[in-house]
Amino acid sequence: MTRALAGGGLAAAFVVALTLGPLVVVALWAEAGSGLGAGDWAAIRFTLWQALLSALFSVALAIPVARALARRTFPGRGLLVLLLGAPFIVPVIVAVLGLLAVFGRTGLVSQTLGALGMDPLSIYGLHGVVLAHVFFNLPLATRLILQGWLAIPSERFRLAATLGMGPVDVFRQLEWPMLRAVVPGVAMLIFLICTTSFAVALTLGGGPRATTIELAIYQAFLFEFDLGKAAVLATIQFAVTGAAAALAAWVAVPAVMGAGLDRPVQRWDAARGAARAIDAAWIGLAALFLLVPLSMIVLRGVPQLAGLPPQVFEAAGRSVVVAVLSACLVLVLALPLASAAQALRGARPMAATVVESVGYLSIAASPLVIGTGLFIVLFPIANPATLALPITIAVNAAMSLPFALRAILPELGAVEAQYGRTADALGMRGWARLRWLILPRLRRPLGFAAGLAAALSMGDLGVIALFANSENATLPLQLYQLMAAYRTNDAAGAALLLLGLSLVLFWAIDRGGRVNAAV
Amino acid sequence: MLRFDQVMLQQGTHVLAADFAVDEPGITAVVGPSGAGKSTLLSAIAGFLTPAKGRVMWGDLDLNPLGPGERPVSVVFQDNNLFPHLDARRNVALGVAPNLRLSPEDMGRVDAVLDRVGLAGKEARKPAALSGGEQSRVALARVLVRDRPLVLLDEPFAALGPALKAEMLDLARETLAAEGKTVLLVTHDPDDARRVAERTILVAEGRAHPPVQTASLLDNPPPALAAYLT
Repeated sequence: MTRALAGGGLAAAFVVALTLGPLVVVALWAEAGSGLGAGDWAAIRFTLWQALLSALFSVALAIPVARALARRTFPGRGLLVLLLGAPFIVPVIVAVLGLLAVFGRTGLVSQTLGALGMDPLSIYGLHGVVLAHVFFNLPLATRLILQGWLAIPSERFRLAATLGMGPVDVFRQLEWPMLRAVVPGVAMLIFLICTTSFAVALTLGGGPRATTIELAIYQAFLFEFDLGKAAVLATIQFAVTGAAAALAAWVAVPAVMGAGLDRPVQRWDAARGAARAIDAAWIGLAALFLLVPLSMIVLRGVPQLAGLPPQVFEAAGRSVVVAVLSACLVLVLALPLASAAQALRGARPMAATVVESVGYLSIAASPLVIGTGLFIVLFPIANPATLALPITIAVNAAMSLPFALRAILPELGAVEAQYGRTADALGMRGWARLRWLILPRLRRPLGFAAGLAAALSMGDLGVIALFANSENATLPLQLYQLMAAYRTNDAAGAALLLLGLSLVLFWAIDRGGRVNAAV
Repeated sequence: MLRFDQVMLQQGTHVLAADFAVDEPGITAVVGPSGAGKSTLLSAIAGFLTPAKGRVMWGDLDLNPLGPGERPVSVVFQDNNLFPHLDARRNVALGVAPNLRLSPEDMGRVDAVLDRVGLAGKEARKPAALSGGEQSRVALARVLVRDRPLVLLDEPFAALGPALKAEMLDLARETLAAEGKTVLLVTHDPDDARRVAERTILVAEGRAHPPVQTASLLDNPPPALAAYLT
């Protein structure tokens, strides 16, 4: 018990230093910094506006898709539900490139419009940012709302059928109460995610009309090297995300549960032809919206793979190392935190909650804010570029920690409930307990958490952009530099490489937890 | 000698008083209605429950300050005794060293005990590949290699069929009682007590009574036990 607490304390101290430490630095520097200019206010307004629109569109489109998935069975339904989880581990910059291939100036839609004699689309600016955010968050919203639909007991639908309720009555009595409970939390979560999304704004935003706070921080670094201004912006960014996170915690965001999305509810009010056709259309559109951009990455990337310049492969090598080390660090942090929370839970529930909350701190602190603080601290004592990779590893680990804890904590509780007394009676403590009870029983969640962390780190384009130069770029940064230099073919190849590596890393590590897993 | 020195146990609103000694080695049964506190009594000996009052003593040793793993006690629970990711040999070896660092001699001892409980040739099987009876044998083997003087059996064979249960009880008596262990066997089947336990502790109406001869207790049950037996 005491050793579990000591380990948890160390991990908690590291996480607090990494997330709150930079915030303190940023806040102190911000005081010395200048006031807000018109451009800064515009960035704040744009950040909130695009996040609001992204949340509204994602949720509004997710409701009919979730309803269709909830009440229809068709071949490939399971695959589609699985696919809804994919955008989570697809690197943002890859998805942006896929969206450009479909909706960009020379993309599929523009070509079709051109053939019809119309002007091509432009997806740079507000609508591009919102489009990309909807691409990422529509699947998330669909999964969460689908969960809500499937949580309505099937007996209620049967009861509604025997009472002769039509679709309107069923909606009013069964579905509307569920939506009212679930949707605000989902929208809040997406709003929160979108306030800190940097890579989308970097690639599709920009200019006075489409700059987010995070992008403004980046520009303050890169173009003006005005650390005081960056600190002011970072403080504002933290205030915005902190407020959004507090609001999200208050409206109770539903948790994504992996299981149980594979059993549609039999419905009697929606058997008619029109409802069937509408559901089919929604499912088809959602599948196209997800699949076509990703397919374009594959189609355009394959011919370019062989001719990729060597620095792309060097960047890929660095990225794999960063991803694997980041995944290891997540486990090194998550296990002691979870163990300490578990050990405290019985006797001191308040302390357990505090320990657990430390793991969720990074939700409110965006990578760019942490990066700004670390840069201010490290700039006088070291060359930030040489520390780019270690810092990226640490920050990425902190960002994945909430997901890791969500995966590990419930399983750890179950293991202790089931085998804790036998282990106690045998005197299994400390390392022996970890080695012979906890690790073998937790292989699956640990593998899943590490795989997720590796994939997220592999595709991350955030803090690295502040620190790295072209010599130590990771693959996402390299890809961004190729895009910025209009080297379209190399970018297409690099995007496919990045996508492949992210998926393979997740698959391999997650599978490592399953193969030969304890019975 | 196991002694409850004016012990009060509290679990939620349930209170159980115990003030008696188990003087002789061999199997002593613990019987009583469900929810009367049989498992609570064992939890206090094993170290999962600290008495609200009084002391649990083993000879001159006060058990209260000791953690579950430090007590002169081995426990077999009704389930979850075996770790499903470890084979039979390692599950038993945990009784020798919780970190599974065993000398070759210790390993030999583990195999000898597995042989003695009738599991020769099945040492490398994981629990899922063993029958219910065989799993009980592994748990028993661990108690034997652990070699602590006090053994608590908390309905360990309740999930087995009648014939298999009788076989396991006999095996427990042959091995544990023969080595001079003091064994407390919780059971809700009076026939178990008759079969292997000379003396029986009745737990009923908020009180754990001192051990008495099993036959006389069951033949002339006090009212609390009579209501439960019929």
